[in-house]
Amino acid sequence: MKNLPRKVALAAAAPLMALVFAVIASSIVLLLAGSNPLHAYRDMINNASKLETQIDILNRATPLFLSGIAAAIGFRMNLFNIGVEGQYLLAALVAAEVGGVIHLPAPIHVTVIFLVAMSVGAGYAGIAGALKVTRGISEVISTIMLNAIAISGLIVAGLKAWQAGGAVSGNVTRVGTTPIDKSGHIPNLNKLVEIFTRHIGRDRHLTGVFLVAIAVGIAYHVVVNRSRFGYDLRASGANPFAAQAGGVSPKRMIMTAMLLSGAVAGLVGMTEVMDAGLFPSNPIQSLGFAGIAVALLGRNSAIGAAIAALIFAFLDISSGVLQNTGSASREIIQIMQALIILAAVVAYQITQRIRDREETKAVSVAMPGATA
Amino acid sequence: MTVVNYLKNMPAWSRWILYAVGGVVVLNVVQGFDNTSLLTAEGSSRAMLRWGVPILLAGLGGLYSERAGVVNIGLEGMMILGTWFGAWGALEFGPWWGVLIGALGGMLGGILHAVATVQFGVDHVISGVAINILGPGFARFMSSEIFAKRFKAQGGSITQSPRVPTVGRFTFPFLAGGKLGSWKTPDVLGWFEKKDWFFISDIAGIMRGLVSTMSWVTVIAVALVPFSAWLLWRTRFGLRLRICGERPGAGEAQGINVYFYKYVGVITSGFLAGLGGAFIASQELSSVYKEGQTTGRGFIGLAALIFGNWRPWGIFGGAMLFGYPFALRLQDLEGKASHSLLLVFAVAMFGIMIWALIRKNASDTILAACFGGGAVVWYLLAETPPDWWAAILPYVMVLVVLVFFTKRLRPPAADGQVYRKGEA
Repeated sequence: MKNLPRKVALAAAAPLMALVFAVIASSIVLLLAGSNPLHAYRDMINNASKLETQIDILNRATPLFLSGIAAAIGFRMNLFNIGVEGQYLLAALVAAEVGGVIHLPAPIHVTVIFLVAMSVGAGYAGIAGALKVTRGISEVISTIMLNAIAISGLIVAGLKAWQAGGAVSGNVTRVGTTPIDKSGHIPNLNKLVEIFTRHIGRDRHLTGVFLVAIAVGIAYHVVVNRSRFGYDLRASGANPFAAQAGGVSPKRMIMTAMLLSGAVAGLVGMTEVMDAGLFPSNPIQSLGFAGIAVALLGRNSAIGAAIAALIFAFLDISSGVLQNTGSASREIIQIMQALIILAAVVAYQITQRIRDREETKAVSVAMPGATA
Repeated sequence: MTVVNYLKNMPAWSRWILYAVGGVVVLNVVQGFDNTSLLTAEGSSRAMLRWGVPILLAGLGGLYSERAGVVNIGLEGMMILGTWFGAWGALEFGPWWGVLIGALGGMLGGILHAVATVQFGVDHVISGVAINILGPGFARFMSSEIFAKRFKAQGGSITQSPRVPTVGRFTFPFLAGGKLGSWKTPDVLGWFEKKDWFFISDIAGIMRGLVSTMSWVTVIAVALVPFSAWLLWRTRFGLRLRICGERPGAGEAQGINVYFYKYVGVITSGFLAGLGGAFIASQELSSVYKEGQTTGRGFIGLAALIFGNWRPWGIFGGAMLFGYPFALRLQDLEGKASHSLLLVFAVAMFGIMIWALIRKNASDTILAACFGGGAVVWYLLAETPPDWWAAILPYVMVLVVLVFFTKRLRPPAADGQVYRKGEA
């Protein structure tokens, strides 16, 4: 491993290049729009240095990370689960309603809610998996259609049927599913954070789902990199024919990957359900699509996805402060996110090619005649 | 079975016409049964064409790209760019400029996709997803800069443009009584429609809906179908473009510049998707740019492409089929027609069931029987289906259609594969 520093540099170069490119390109857009990019960046960084904003960022990063892992499970074997969006919304809706209707002691209640969410997510993703293995329908199309069916059909219908009517949270009257008993909430982590920091003000709470996300991240890392299943998964992604020759059933892998991806997707909406104690009638959307971006930027690794989720969460949260200070229009954030993704996928491709070339060179030095 | 063989040996165009006529017969019988006339009303067929056009344009866009071997999931994002640029161009410079600028806006997305996939060899789906994230972000930012500032007085905002002016309309002379110069020609189909003869008048009404008071963009879009068939299958350019989607290595060996044809295919794809977007923002469908107004029709265009077996006329059929439920939903305020549509769906499923039975395909038979049976039960139990049913109908239909048709299709052989020069 004498090339380790070089390898690390290559791995870090691509996302850094992407970030730099995105910052430069967004600055140009801001200049063209007549705003001062330096003021915008200053406001964003000032804001993010506050403890309360950091809690906001972590709260947003948690579902983004889970969504990213859900997408990454599929990506690892070239399976494109574009349907995280529909899966997480549907899962959160059903889990919140089930949680609201049942009454159980605390740990069991929470467990049931999470299990329902994971099974609904897995089941909905499983439809796309089944369509692929039995009928050969591209999962890209089927998950997109299932998104539309979930969002404009099933969720509308479910909310209509289960609306509790005027549950009050804060000053706003919110309508959503049946409110969940106290026993079904997981405690927030403010006490834990305050050991290291000062008191968290402004009514901010670090979501307990944060710990779930960390557990999922560790499990994902271990399973993909250290288990037989993970090996099969990566092998099917790299070369399905070789994997099949090695005894890996492609159909079973597709089905398993889709179910796992959906199960993790089911957890994405839990942050909001746990925070509100119900599934609101205007839930946070687009976390599924953002998760795809997180997985792409994080190169399907747990650590990468965590960093990518933090970056995206930082940008999401910053859009509010731009609006408040008026230094730029908040929509620049969406452009920045898209530019980061585009730049990152291209940059990864370039570094991949450099790496491939060096590998070929190394092989031909070690074994003359092995490469034509 | 001689009937099956006979059908198989028919030329494709006549078989499609037969299917269409069969479909109209079913619609006709069902609505007689259900006491509505919306399913085959002239307004419904006109709306079908109108709602089918963006799907058709996205599908044709997908055709150019995928025939050149590049999968284009980014059609939706390019379409969104088309809606924004189309509305802006029309407001700024006039309706025809809007059409052109909308198409060029979509083309920007196409250029991005081409650079990423062809030049840098990025995975096609990943690049497409990135464009689908970029499209709405860009449209929103530009709206906040332009519609919410310069057009604020006319009602522009971050999510919406003011009312967009639109291009003129066209009615076919003779068939539907359009004008030739200043002479108003006879309205032949209208005459048949008024006679109220069973079936014939219905057919005339449907036809009249398809040939009267349509946007000039619709005329262009429909004309693009035979044009694309000619261009891709009857010219040297088309042959070369298709080689890039089938065996790029073979094309390279013949001295074809594969990258060039892939670029042309993908950029054309963006242009057409943008045109479809501009159409969505025009008077035909909404008269306004509005956030989220494409509602996944770029993706449905892809489904039409698959349904149409990567061929122009097949895409046209798919676009009309998938446009129909969208159109009906707007015509049908009481939910009566979508109730009847359940019965149509059941008839279609039982048709597929018989077809599968003849071909001795057990799984298709069972599936179709289950779907058909379910639809009949739902039809009998519910007076009108819930309102969300009409909203999801197009997407359900796409899935059901793909369930029965995907295995019989043949995509371009190298579709979706990353091609590098000199590696084949």
